[in-house]
Amino acid sequence: MPTVFEPTKGLTGVEFHYCPGCTHGVIHRLVAEVLEEMEELGNSIGVAPVGCAVLAYKYFNCDMHEAAHGRAPAMATGVKRVLPDKMVFSYQGDGDLASIGTAEIVHAAGRGENITVIFVNNAIYGMTGGQMAPTTMVGQRTTTSPLGRDPRQVGYPLRISELLATIDGAAFVERVSVHNPANIRKAKKAIRNAFDCQKQRSGFSLVEVLSNCPTNWGMSPLESLDWVKEAMIPYYPLGNFRRPEMQESEHA
Amino acid sequence: MAKARGAVYFETDRCKGCELCTAVCPVDIVVMDRKSINRKGYNPATVTEMDKCIACANCATVCPDLVIRVERVA
Repeated sequence: MPTVFEPTKGLTGVEFHYCPGCTHGVIHRLVAEVLEEMEELGNSIGVAPVGCAVLAYKYFNCDMHEAAHGRAPAMATGVKRVLPDKMVFSYQGDGDLASIGTAEIVHAAGRGENITVIFVNNAIYGMTGGQMAPTTMVGQRTTTSPLGRDPRQVGYPLRISELLATIDGAAFVERVSVHNPANIRKAKKAIRNAFDCQKQRSGFSLVEVLSNCPTNWGMSPLESLDWVKEAMIPYYPLGNFRRPEMQESEHA
Repeated sequence: MAKARGAVYFETDRCKGCELCTAVCPVDIVVMDRKSINRKGYNPATVTEMDKCIACANCATVCPDLVIRVERVA
């Protein structure tokens, strides 16, 4: 019987510690599947963030580093410059990348570092208990904005992909979502394109993945995916913001 | 062309009962097994009428915890 779907060899098989319904598991799998399909598993070095994905090094079946909070692009820069033939990626959440790590990500893009960044945006600080993040939606209730985010007091959510797409060093920037199977397949294609971009030495690549946080949003997993679609996507539109002239990946 | 048929296998003890797989099945056969409890303490996902499966792998695609494996039968 031909197998249609089986767990990728790019993951160690260790059970994820993530909450039920958290799409970190899906995004881990997509990255791992892409590295497996590119036959780069033995040649890849990932950098884990601080945040819910802090333990990502237990799950990816390739060499992994752990970075200080927000500093994953800086560490990935060092790894890539010393070992330019390795596939180097960072995997970061929105608290990590868009708040404490804003300087690192902007300058990594500005320098056109030939690394791939997987940016998981779920509009909240998950691990620390559901505080407001730079990406929290206007009106969204969190433990530090119990009446909803008020832009007059704390400003507006950052659209990181659009910001980085203005930088010439950024070769590939795309925003995707994983709220249903069709979008999960598109997300995989974007991740593949980003890694292809690195392989072709085109420069900095980033894929922003809209994700959920059922626990801290106070929703069931199914409700949270609806919220991604109805509340987040209108503010964070999906699509490609920047891509180099490159050969399209044959893999969907 | 004959309609594809599939079989879905669950690694039940990895399931966290999030129910995402139950919402994406086009033939509506993935349900939560309310009569059993797995090692983690959740009601795991299961399939009731396996002969209706079309091997689309939507359930495995949305599963965040690598619970599901899909095979094509015919």
